Amino acid sequence: MSFINYSSREINCKIVYYGPGLCGKTTNLQHIYNKTNPDAKGKMISLATETERTLFFDFLPLSLGEIRGFKTRFHLYTVPGQVFYDASRKLILKGVDGVVFVADSQVERIEANIESLENLKENLEDQGYDLDKLPYVIQYNKRDLPNASSREELDAELNPNNVPAYDACAVTGEGVFDTLKAVAKLVLTELRKGQ
Amino acid sequence: MQNQLVMFEEEQVLINAICDALYKDANAKAVLCIDKNGQAIASAGEVESLDITSLSSLTAGNVAATGGIASLLSEKEFAGQFHEGENTNVHISIISSRVILLVLFDGRSSLGLVRLRVKRATKGLAEVLEVLEKKTAENSNSILAEITDDDIDNLFND
Ligand SMILES: Nc1nc2c(ncn2[C@@H]2O[C@H](COP(=O)(O)OP(=O)(O)OP(=O)(O)O)[C@@H](O)[C@H]2O)c(=O)[nH]1
Ligand SMILES: [Mg+2]
Repeated sequence: MSFINYSSREINCKIVYYGPGLCGKTTNLQHIYNKTNPDAKGKMISLATETERTLFFDFLPLSLGEIRGFKTRFHLYTVPGQVFYDASRKLILKGVDGVVFVADSQVERIEANIESLENLKENLEDQGYDLDKLPYVIQYNKRDLPNASSREELDAELNPNNVPAYDACAVTGEGVFDTLKAVAKLVLTELRKGQ
Repeated sequence: MQNQLVMFEEEQVLINAICDALYKDANAKAVLCIDKNGQAIASAGEVESLDITSLSSLTAGNVAATGGIASLLSEKEFAGQFHEGENTNVHISIISSRVILLVLFDGRSSLGLVRLRVKRATKGLAEVLEVLEKKTAENSNSILAEITDDDIDNLFND
């Protein structure tokens, strides 16, 4: 749910990074945090287990600049990918304006990707959203690994509707900002359309 | 877009004033008004040393989690929470199921006083929120309609 504040002249939007456990959602946010000017970001909050698995969410507030005198602020969240944290994932999707599905390119994670994508659709539907109508992009992460599936295979399994999709290696940062920009752009375009 | 929150100048002023009055009347350290999705709406009191953005997001996450627990127990949303710290106590309440009021206070105040003052502020805030909802439904957001493709592209040209 975007928040337009005419008083402070701000447009606030919420973007959620979704995907199976260990696919690299938190790594995406860490890279964005590390590469962003101090004046354009707030603190990154990670509610994680002792083994650095996301327990509830990661949160990173970002400013992307001004449009027509309005500051655009994006609140980035990741969900916990482990299957049994489903109740938490549902909560974090509340009020979402745009979704990034981070897929793990490794051959042995294809089932996990498919399940997580199904889970995303279900949880969105529970909140009255439809993934096909939301600003939505896919990131194929871990392209650097030798056991990565081909793009064709991944597209066939995960991207039947041909939404924008980006190759990435979140540990080096490759593709991370392309993904963020793409979804942010879709969110702003959708906001405008909604009027 | 479903359920968009829009804030106008007049209502922002009213909400600021309610928070400020609550801060003073409750002898609080600080008061934050937060949208349920974690966006800060207003603040009053000793807030210079606070990370308002982080506090807002965590408080909203906390309220969402507690709300999740309530619905698992088939309870109505819990009306509020209280956390007692060594130096700072935290009082959290939910208003009109859409906005969160966070009051930070210390030994200069008491839970009883905070509760009493929050009650009064709640009434005022609920009224402002109702007006906001009506206004949002009536006004289309002209600023958004004016945005062009170029505006959006320019944002990302760096
Ligand atoms: N080789 C490689 N490793 C990656 C890449 N992205 C992330 N990783 C590693 O994968 C592991 C898991 O990354 P996280 O970002 O914590 O995964 P997550 O999706 O947040 O996992 P959950 O919090 O459990 O949902 C870490 O060890 C990362 O360093 C990548 O592109 N390539
Ligand atoms: Mg994580």
